[in-house]
Amino acid sequence: MKRLINLQPPRICAVMLALLPFVFAFFAYVSFSNERLMANPNDKLLPAMSSFGAAIERMALVPSKRSGELLWWVDTASSLRRLGTAVVISSAIGLVVGIALGALPLVSAGMSPFVASLSMIPPMAVLPILFIVFGLGELSKVVLIVFGIAPVIARDIQGRVREIPRELIVKAQTLGASTWLVILRVVLPLALPRLIDAVRLSLGAAWLFLIAAEAIAATDGLGYRIFLVRRYLAMDVILPYVLWITVLAFTMDRLLRFLGRKAFPWHHAGASV
Amino acid sequence: MNTQVPLIEARNVWKQYGDNVVLERLNLRIEEGEFCAVVGASGCGKTTFLRMVLGEEPPDRGQILLAGQPLRMEPDAERGIVFQRYSVFPHLTVLGNVMLARELKGSKVLGRLFGARRRAAQEEALALLSQVGLDNAQDRYPSELSGGMQQRLALAQSLIARPRILLLDEPFGALDPGIRHDMHKLVTTLWREHQLTILMITHDLKEGFALGTRLFVFDKVRADPQAPDAYGARVTYDLPLNKSVPALAPA
Repeated sequence: MKRLINLQPPRICAVMLALLPFVFAFFAYVSFSNERLMANPNDKLLPAMSSFGAAIERMALVPSKRSGELLWWVDTASSLRRLGTAVVISSAIGLVVGIALGALPLVSAGMSPFVASLSMIPPMAVLPILFIVFGLGELSKVVLIVFGIAPVIARDIQGRVREIPRELIVKAQTLGASTWLVILRVVLPLALPRLIDAVRLSLGAAWLFLIAAEAIAATDGLGYRIFLVRRYLAMDVILPYVLWITVLAFTMDRLLRFLGRKAFPWHHAGASV
Repeated sequence: MNTQVPLIEARNVWKQYGDNVVLERLNLRIEEGEFCAVVGASGCGKTTFLRMVLGEEPPDRGQILLAGQPLRMEPDAERGIVFQRYSVFPHLTVLGNVMLARELKGSKVLGRLFGARRRAAQEEALALLSQVGLDNAQDRYPSELSGGMQQRLALAQSLIARPRILLLDEPFGALDPGIRHDMHKLVTTLWREHQLTILMITHDLKEGFALGTRLFVFDKVRADPQAPDAYGARVTYDLPLNKSVPALAPA
């Protein structure tokens, strides 16, 4: 018998193992739900699967009686628009600031402690300020997410740029590169794969800030809906929404990973730097 | 005594880090077309000297001249370099790595060439790649190459920039003996055909003798056992080796 650290599951086995916790969670839920519903058919805490089906149909397929909209899709579109805008802006800021901090000692000397301090401010603590300054519209929600993840991305990129072997920077200069061209042709391409990873890692935080902002002040969005129906203890809507958010987040993560592998084949070919 | 201005001249160069004197009163001259090998024990300051010639560090005292002029104290295209590791760019293909110098010089804003100029750079790069035996690997990334192939690529990449002096920092130190022998032949051929001036750092004395037209030995002439860092190294032997320096083509 091999030691535990050397045991690799065969492929089929690995897939089964991966599915196992999901299946277990599903059946655990169904059995608890059945038990409660048996005792009290009006129990709202753990709705039956049929209630979920009805709720999803009501939210996603039947136009709302009040607005005539398909709420599920309107919420999804609003949330994704906010999240997407914020992530794109954060990536751009993070990339530019991170490269400037990592590659230019003068910028780093002046700005590094400031950016480090900025990234320590809890974004939720400044949310009231954002609402006061930017109003309750879309802008304050996007700014909250940017405020929350851009400094983290910037510091990650800065770290990556500093990891670039000194030899490569010297080499580029001996081939005739100016500061600008060293950044454009060497630093930027070497930092881009890390940008993808940094964005993937900050997606969780981005969702957190999005839901929080929507919960407090919004008229649509996935977070808004969850907090709205909470008043009616509508677990049959909340749980599918949570599941849907998880699916969206998971899909984004996989898409980014796929994009990274396609765009930077050299990075995944076992390169050492 | 040679009366022409040497390509590299070190005059009374000192370098110390804190109390650790690395080099003291170092004098040497490198003429155009020479293949100079610098050997010495670990910590004798050979790499420090190379870094000073490269412009990465200033000497504390004395000066280093390039063709009679003080060196620029930052790396530039006059001095090419091949390091032992990290000499090629992992995000560029073999061809991209060699074309890079042409693109950097030909396009100051984008760092990329297009159309006819790109094709010209490509042809030049391909010619160099076939000289170093990498013409079949042009589309591969460096991580897919062996250590020896990466160093061949690094040589081609430096040569396309036509540096006045090519610096080699233990370029073959990480290679297997058989590969190293092939690389010796290659670098000798390149040195002849491109009429290069080479300054090579090595800890392998045999390699120094085999390749160089001139051998510098760095060592400490004074040593205090109570304070091993108190004195630095200098050139203790300057041996011209009997090899024909290729005649320089008239300009």
